[in-house]
Parts: sequence; structure tokens; C-alpha cells
Amino acid sequence: MERIPILKIGDILLVSIQIDLEDQSVLTLQEDLAEKISATGATGVIIDISAVEIVDSFIGRMFATIASLSRLFDADTVVVGMRPAVAITLVELGLTLGDVRTALNLDKGMEILRGLRAARR
Amino acid sequence: MTVGQGQLSDLLREHRDSLIERWAELAGAGLRGRMTTTELQRDLGELFTTLLPVADESAAGLDGDRHRELRAFLADLSRNRARQGFSPAETASSVFALKQAVFELTEGSEDPAVFRRLMAFSGLLDGLGLWTFETYAAAREEIIREQSEQLLELTTPVVKLWEGVLAVPLVGTLDSARTQVVMEKLLESLVETSSQHAIIDITGVLAVDTQVAQHLLKTVVAARLMGAECTISGIRPQIAQTIVALGIEFGDITTKATLSDALRHALRFEGVELVQGETRRP
Amino acid sequence: MTSAGVVAEIPIVTDSDVVRVRQSVRSLAQQIKLSLVDQTKLVTATSELARNTLVYGRGGLARIEVVGDGRRSGVKAVFHDDGPGIPDTDLALADGWSSGKGLGLGLSGARRLVDEFTLDTVVGRGTEVTVVKWSR
Repeated sequence: MERIPILKIGDILLVSIQIDLEDQSVLTLQEDLAEKISATGATGVIIDISAVEIVDSFIGRMFATIASLSRLFDADTVVVGMRPAVAITLVELGLTLGDVRTALNLDKGMEILRGLRAARR
Repeated sequence: MTVGQGQLSDLLREHRDSLIERWAELAGAGLRGRMTTTELQRDLGELFTTLLPVADESAAGLDGDRHRELRAFLADLSRNRARQGFSPAETASSVFALKQAVFELTEGSEDPAVFRRLMAFSGLLDGLGLWTFETYAAAREEIIREQSEQLLELTTPVVKLWEGVLAVPLVGTLDSARTQVVMEKLLESLVETSSQHAIIDITGVLAVDTQVAQHLLKTVVAARLMGAECTISGIRPQIAQTIVALGIEFGDITTKATLSDALRHALRFEGVELVQGETRRP
Repeated sequence: MTSAGVVAEIPIVTDSDVVRVRQSVRSLAQQIKLSLVDQTKLVTATSELARNTLVYGRGGLARIEVVGDGRRSGVKAVFHDDGPGIPDTDLALADGWSSGKGLGLGLSGARRLVDEFTLDTVVGRGTEVTVVKWSR
């Protein structure tokens, strides 16, 4: 089982999902992220899914879980790069991401995090 | 000739060559020389061989596994004939012609059992002839669908109105297939141009019913999932009344009367301010 | 419909098998040239069903193959388990399931993603779900 790498860019953590996610990888990612956010004091998390072809209910719930975890550490989460086919399928599946924020790409994602951070001051 | 207790297929097998020859003769008459007798005999001979194993069965089992080879062969025959310019009726008639050939073979028999067998066989051939028709129709439908999809691609331009603002004018009738194509195209354009706004203009849409509204809704939700926002513009007064009457809820999706209203709305979101300056003379 | 070739049989015992099912379905979907969106829908549906088999069915088997009906090709996937079975199929198939809530079986969602969907279940004996997606 492959561990998904978490990169630190300033005070933002970037997770770029490149592989076909096994359920165990999802759980491990959630644990790793919780640890790293707490250890680094990161204020934002970006999950890049531009390489992800399939998002089913389990993976969908992962985003919501990660967002909740981050919030506990006062960090914001943005999911970026969702592919059109994935979005269309999620709508048909009836799966909502709740209040998880999304952005078209990394740049826009960073913008959103900066905006949220600024709004807090 | 008599058909005793044996099956019809035995008779067919016994007189295979003469039957195929007569069949080709009868079928050829209708084709007006567009096919050589040799070609016909070859085609029909193959059909005969494929038909033989199931000749005693009724047309009811035509969808079954055992008739797969026969269906495939007929589908090929139908397609080839269509390509050669024969009408589907002509192809079906070729199949039906075997009936006459077999009737001639059993002429003069007074045995009611023979009659029953022939009726059943006739029914089977009817089913096969109809199958060639179905294959033909299906192939045509496929072509029409492909063409209309291509046409749709051409006539549904996604236009960039401003940095980060795309617009797609929907025109005519919106059925499930069309809307899907448009939806995919719009969403892909959002990604390609990194645009966070899309304006779906329905001025040119003839009728909005619950289905159309559902499709629009799905598109907006999908765009939101990706991180973009959609505005629906072009709500004509009559359309507005229909929407309210049908109880369609657009929820928190912004809808505007005109494209320019929608553009202004989108620009405001992008933080763009339009200032009226002095009119420039050319 | 008729089968056009080899049936891929994938035992579903661990969660890496769910990935294996996805990959197998994807490969067949590409073979029959399903559109990208249809591929995504089918693979997603089978991912849901495979997971159900693993989690609720306590393990089982997936049978995946290309099928045809004389005019077009399709991919058919059968998910079988000898688990507890589903007591209330109406409830399981009802909408209103969303992320994390409800029975979590995702059957209604999966059904919307495919063209044909059949559910056979007997409480105490097991469940079999069959789905087919046709090329257009």
C-alpha cells in the first residue's frame, strides 16, 4: 500500500493524489494529515485531485472527514482540480461534499486559502 | 414429396442444393440484376447452412443464445446489402424467398403435419426477415445520432465573455443526450480556461419543463463541485411563468433575465468594476 | 444479451480487491470504447458495489465481462456474496442516501449510474447485484 506524500509549502499542506486510492490508503492519509497539521501548525490544506479519475462515496467522505479534522486544528481545506467526468458522476450519484470548499486548480485554491486567512484577522 | 414423421430440417438438408438454387433464382428476380447469381448463391448458401440447425424452431426463440450466429450473420448481410445500395425491403425479400422454394418442394402433399411444419418455418423466416430490417434501422439511427452529436458540437459554442467568465447559449430543444454533450463541453471549458463563472443562456430554448430544469440544475451543481459558479440567463416572461407553475425550484442558483445582467453579476463577483467614461470618437 | 469473451473473476476479500475491480472494469470499458463520462460512471458504480460486497457482504466475488446484444457492446458486472442479505430492499434502493448517512449502501446512486441494474437478495443467504452499461 502506497503512502500519499504530504508537502509543506509555507504554512499550507499540499496533498497531491496520483494513484488509485485503496480504502486503507484513505484512512492512512487522514491519520498522516492530522499528525502533520498538528505538528506544523499549518493553516491550510489543499487536496489536489486533478489526477484522480474515480471518486466514489468512500473517497468523497474522505474529503469531508479531512475538512473536519483540519477545522479542529483551525485550518481550512480546499479540494482542487476535480475532473468534469468526476463532477458529473458525483452529481448523478447524489453525493454532496457538504461544505468542503473546491477550486478549479492549485492557484485558485491558494487564493481561497489566503482570502480565508485574511478574513480572520 | 412428402414430409413424414421427420423434421423439416431433414427435408431441407436432403434437398439443399436444389433449394439454394431455386432460392437464389427467386431472390434474384427481385434484385433486378444488381447481384450475380453466383454471389447470391454463395450468400444464401451460407445463410442456409447457418439456418439449418434451428430450422425446426419457431421465431419465438430468436433472441436466444442458439440463434446468435444466425442473428450475427443476418446483421452482417443486412449491413453489406445496405452498403451495396439495396433497400431493407429487398434484403428482407431475399430471406422471404426461401419460403416459396420450400413450398414448391412440398407441393401436392396432403399431410396436415406438413402444413403445420411449413407454417412454423414460414413464421421463422418472417422473424428473420424482420431482424434484417431491425439491423438496418439500427444502423441508420446510429449514423443519424453521430451526425446530430457532431452538429451539436458545432452549434454549441462556449464563448469567453471576459477573463474568467464563459457563456454558452442553448438553442432549440434540450433532450437528455444533447444536454449531456453541452454539459460536458461547458465543464471542460471551465477547466481549460480556468474560468470560475459560466453563464448558461436559455433565451433560445423553446420549452422549459422539469426535465430541462433538472439538466440545468445538474450542470450547475457539477460546476460548483469543481469550484465554479453558474448563472442562468435568458429567462423570458413566459418561461418564468411555466417554471413557477411547474413548481421548479432553482434554489440558490442565480437566474437573470438577460445575458448582460448575468455578465454584470459575474463581473461583480470577479471584483471587476465597469466605469462609464467619455465616449471615444473614432 | 450474449457474452463476447473472457469473464474476469475477481475475489473480493481485501480492499485492494476493490481497486482491482475498478481496474478490470475500466479496462473493459475502454475496450468497448465507452465515452469518458460513461466509463467514469460505470467504474464508480462498480467501486461502490465492490465495497458493499466487501463490507456488508463480508467478502465475495465479482464477475466482469463484455456483452453484446447484436447491436452494441456493453460491460456487465455481477457482484456476489454469501453474506447477511439485505432485509429491506425498498429502503436500500431509496434515494435520500448522502455522504455518511443512511444505510450507506449507495445502491440507489449506483443504479443511476448504469443502464441495467438487478438486485437479488435473501436474508441469511446472500446478495447478488448485476449491472450493465451499454455503449451508445
